[in-house]
Amino acid sequence: MGIELYRIDDRLIHGQVVVGWGQPLDIAFLVLVDDEVAASDWEQELYRMGVPPGMTVNFESVASAAEALPRYRADRRRGILLTADIDTMRRLAEAAEIPAVNLGGIHHRAGRAQRLRYVFLSDEEAEALRALQRRGVTVTAQDVPAARVVPLDEVLAAHGEG
Amino acid sequence: MSEGEGQGPASSAAGGVGEGAGSDRDAARDPVCGIVAGHGDLAAGLVSAVAQITGRGSLFLPLSNRGLGGEQLEATLREALARTGARLVFTDLPGGSWTIAARRVQRTEPSVVLVTGVSLPMLLDCAFHEDAPVDEAARGAVERGRGAMTVAGGEHGH
Repeated sequence: MGIELYRIDDRLIHGQVVVGWGQPLDIAFLVLVDDEVAASDWEQELYRMGVPPGMTVNFESVASAAEALPRYRADRRRGILLTADIDTMRRLAEAAEIPAVNLGGIHHRAGRAQRLRYVFLSDEEAEALRALQRRGVTVTAQDVPAARVVPLDEVLAAHGEG
Repeated sequence: MSEGEGQGPASSAAGGVGEGAGSDRDAARDPVCGIVAGHGDLAAGLVSAVAQITGRGSLFLPLSNRGLGGEQLEATLREALARTGARLVFTDLPGGSWTIAARRVQRTEPSVVLVTGVSLPMLLDCAFHEDAPVDEAARGAVERGRGAMTVAGGEHGH
């Protein structure tokens, strides 16, 4: 049990996460790791709205998440850890052991190129993901459980058709 | 159930404003009384159904979340509100990304009223009360939507 999925998704808590992944994996808790959200009661209340009954959410900064990760991993329930961007996950992986990262939704922005229909990356972000993989973290893309798992090498070689 | 389908905002397949019914509205003759924001083609489908029933295709502006990240959802909604002058926003999931985007918009535009859990009966109620004040229209729509849900048949049915 513990953390079943370490996911990068710029929408953080939304339908795909709480329903798409939450129901088949029987997810009982979310850990939202974001320095800005962790410092804002208003942001936390906003994301709490998206959490259905029977599921809890904890808000952590990168530093507090790294400290609390062993406790989350030992939880007898199943959980999902979320970051909104690659840099936050990278910093967390440098401070704590992350076995695998799921690219769930990184959308279009200036300077990013499309890799899959739900993954757009800048050159710097692509390199950050390569660096994560070099650290031993398995990086794959998969927006919903029924979708194909796309390995990082394939993501980086793709041009938007996936 | 893929929420983030589409090819991104640079593509014609991307989500955003004006997909499906209502995109060719004549603002002067038939003003938008609300924005419907949903996953996939839900909003366009609902707006199309309103058009079929009422004969007026441009009462609501449909938005899809296809290919849009959190910041783009908020920007798309702000643009749609500014362009149409609508103050009423319907979203599908209470905790979905459109709802989060609408709540962010409300922080700076408190006159915007949000209704979650959109359904066809809600939109029809709103369509027939398009001149009502926005908060009154929202309350009426929610009441009609709740009242439209029934269970019939089954072992314990009536």
